[in-house]
Amino acid sequence: MYDGGKIIAGIVIFLIFALFPIYSNIGKAYQPPKPKLDTPEIQKMVVKKCVEPKEYMIPEHMKLIVDWRDAALREAKRTYINSRGERYTISLQNTCMKCHSNKKKFCDECHKHAGVKPYCWDCHFVKEEE
Amino acid sequence: MLEKALVGSKRYWTLVFILLGIIGIAFLVYLKQLKEGLGITGMSRDVSWGFYISQFTFLVGVAASAVMIVIPYYLHNYKKFGRIVILGEFLAVSAVTMCMLFIFVDMGQPSRIFNVILHPTPNSILFWDAVVLSGYLLLNILIGWNALQAEYKGTPPPKWTKPLVYISIPWAISIHTVTAFIYQGLPGRHFWLTAIMAARFLASAFSSGPALLLLLALLVRKYTKFDPGREQLQSVAKIVTYAVIVNFFFFLLEVFTAGYSQIPGHLHSFEYLFFGIEGHGKLVPLMWISIFLSLFAIALLVIPPTRRNETTLTVACIAVFASLWIDKGFGLVIGGFVPNPFERVFEYWPTLPETIITLGVWATGFLILTVLYKVVISVRERVGFEESAH
Amino acid sequence: MGMDRREFLRLAGLTCIGIGVGGAQLFVRTKIASSEYAPPEERLTAKRWAMIIDLRKFKTEEDYKRVIEACHKIHNVPNIPDPADEIKWIWTEDFEHSFPEQMNPFIPESVEEKPVLVLCNHCGKAPCVRVCPTKATFKRPDGITAQDYHRCIGCRFCMAACPYGARSFNWRDPRPYIKEENLEYPTRCIGVVEKCTFCVERLAVGKKPICVEKSNGAMLFGDLEDPSSEVRMYLAEHFSIRRKPELGTQPSVFYIIGGEEHA
Ligand code: HEC
Ligand code: HEC
Ligand code: HEC
Repeated sequence: MYDGGKIIAGIVIFLIFALFPIYSNIGKAYQPPKPKLDTPEIQKMVVKKCVEPKEYMIPEHMKLIVDWRDAALREAKRTYINSRGERYTISLQNTCMKCHSNKKKFCDECHKHAGVKPYCWDCHFVKEEE
Repeated sequence: MLEKALVGSKRYWTLVFILLGIIGIAFLVYLKQLKEGLGITGMSRDVSWGFYISQFTFLVGVAASAVMIVIPYYLHNYKKFGRIVILGEFLAVSAVTMCMLFIFVDMGQPSRIFNVILHPTPNSILFWDAVVLSGYLLLNILIGWNALQAEYKGTPPPKWTKPLVYISIPWAISIHTVTAFIYQGLPGRHFWLTAIMAARFLASAFSSGPALLLLLALLVRKYTKFDPGREQLQSVAKIVTYAVIVNFFFFLLEVFTAGYSQIPGHLHSFEYLFFGIEGHGKLVPLMWISIFLSLFAIALLVIPPTRRNETTLTVACIAVFASLWIDKGFGLVIGGFVPNPFERVFEYWPTLPETIITLGVWATGFLILTVLYKVVISVRERVGFEESAH
Repeated sequence: MGMDRREFLRLAGLTCIGIGVGGAQLFVRTKIASSEYAPPEERLTAKRWAMIIDLRKFKTEEDYKRVIEACHKIHNVPNIPDPADEIKWIWTEDFEHSFPEQMNPFIPESVEEKPVLVLCNHCGKAPCVRVCPTKATFKRPDGITAQDYHRCIGCRFCMAACPYGARSFNWRDPRPYIKEENLEYPTRCIGVVEKCTFCVERLAVGKKPICVEKSNGAMLFGDLEDPSSEVRMYLAEHFSIRRKPELGTQPSVFYIIGGEEHA
């Protein structure tokens, strides 16, 4: 069994290395690139603000839309009332992407940098950009 | 001990590399399936489960059948099975692994597999199947590996494995019962909606599994220095004999219920499988071959001289295995979907990519089995096997 | 091996902590305390939604087509020609095959061959909900059998369980088969199951399902548990049947067939 122990240790060490990128990232601050906000919808706005403060959106938007999704589909709660008391209709395509209609320059740019590839667009449409 | 798998004869390595080759090809085809979807299989809107799920169902039976060796050995103190009990346990390990792989390749969104754990749903039989299968895998690995290690060191197996052995007996029954429940609790699928389903599953498992084990043991004897023992094989043959007869009896019960009651829902699937409906009868020849093989095997097994003769016994075991593989691998799953809920007939036949992926999973299982058996045999070739040491 | 036991244990421990923290992050939801989720004010509500399909009022092929096409168009249901891979939310089957248990050789030919609109029955006791291993298909409090495409693992247990053939699986990428895209609604992707949802997205904005809207009064939609609702009054006055009632699934879709005298 002595050698067996070595083999198992080998496997564990392999896992440690293989998982390095995952745990080495935990807790580190992330410096995002500057996403473009010059869409027609946002330019129309007097006060340019997102559904929640930017400081919240940057780190938490992925959780927010997943919460949106679950609230809308699983609890039939399709209205979001934000911290400022404003109401939004919950929709990825018709709310987020209406303002951020420049998906390539906004979401994609940032995600490329972060190395994530949300699979949402397999199903959710984005209106074709020029 | 695992290092024993790394030294072997040329024959051993040839086998390993052939299996790896098949797995490699199948993996490439699987990547294609991931990209293009399950549309590359023969499954359809009407026959929404096919080869993958039917192989899974069949192999759960093979896995459960290890208990037919465990019970005599541990409960009835039939010491002679000490020679082969580990072969049964490792066969179960490889079969359960194949089961899990078949479920995996059948999934439309395999990357979401953890949803089953993240959102546990006790009212779903599939949830329970995942639970009992992983438990059974773990049990057999723990029991088999510790027993072998003890043998290697010449000590008795650790005490804590004994309760595990006893747990593994009802557990084996549970894996196949739960798998039968996947089918037998669905309203509207008359072919599956039968109280005898779980019992039929067990009977078919306890014949096909030990038949396979017997064939493997014969192979082991032929190609290695380890002899599983003649008397042991004869005892397994008797188990196969009883089980295959019970299985056929259960089948006849189903035929009677459908045929005598004449309820259309019950009748239609049998009609489709054995005679074809409206000119659709792709499975008809296979189903009759299965019946014929079962009867043929029963004849060979019941007559004592042909059961004792190892050549005819081999033929009988191959017949049992093939018959039940057709019955479960094709008849059971496909028969439940034809005719469809609109009483229309849409047929199913596996495609080439589907067949290659299926072969790949079998090759994976066989590779695991080869490696595990290699370890067992190396240990025994060196230490020798003493029944008293156990 | 160039690692002693202690060092090994230390590394292994770190890895475990790493995996633990990473895993925990998956579950912890940070929420702005003052934000809220609410059902939309303009929504339609019921205790149990139900539908009546009055087949007497479907006279021409056009009547069926209008309804089916409207549904498939707004929900981006692909039109896949190969029947094996077809996706259908609402479609027609003839009477004989929709109600196999009702068949006898002597019913009027006009009924026997009458196309019947079939769709998900939103069963009171839905077998699909019972078997789903991830709650991807689930029962809403208003009786709708909902489908969460985000959670579906594509095991197709629900398709085996559905006695009505109401569910479709995406055997291939549906997008190339969508003629006219509705950019307001998502599509589906390979590997998930889909079906009629009683238009939950329309109910949320105060509209009835699109098929009902397009049926010119041949289909009704309302609350089965409200004795004064339109559907209840209609059911009280007309003889209705449901598909495969003997299975105990309690379908929420009712059919008015009517004999010759009504035609
Ligand atoms: C009403 C228009 C509008 C809607 C709807 C909207 N956003 Fe925004 N979003 C903005 C504006 C304007 C900003 C810039 C805010 C700022 O600079 O303070 C922004 C900023 C952001 C940022 C931070 C970008 C940065 O500066 O690094 C993210 C991430 C983001 N939005 C995601 C989303 C998501 C996800 C949704 C849907 C849940 C959404 N937004 C909905 C208008 C909108
Ligand atoms: C400021 C940069 C930035 C912008 C702008 C941005 N994202 Fe993200 N997004 C990220 C980062 C970083 C992650 C990865 C977070 C993690 O892995 O913890 C992420 C993750 C996600 C995820 C989860 C993906 C996964 O695989 O876990 C979704 C969904 C998502 N973003 C949607 C959007 C959408 C939709 C938009 C555009 C409206 C958007 N994001 C804009 C930075 C951004
Ligand atoms: C399998 C296809 C599919 C994928 C992939 C998918 N969605 Fe969806 N999503 C849908 C469908 C279909 C609906 C509409 C369901 C309804 O309204 O009944 C929906 C609805 C939603 C909703 C709520 C209502 C709306 O109109 O937007 C949100 C929010 C949402 N999805 C977010 C996401 C996010 C975030 C991702 C990626 C992490 C994602 N979805 C990936 C198919 C998908």
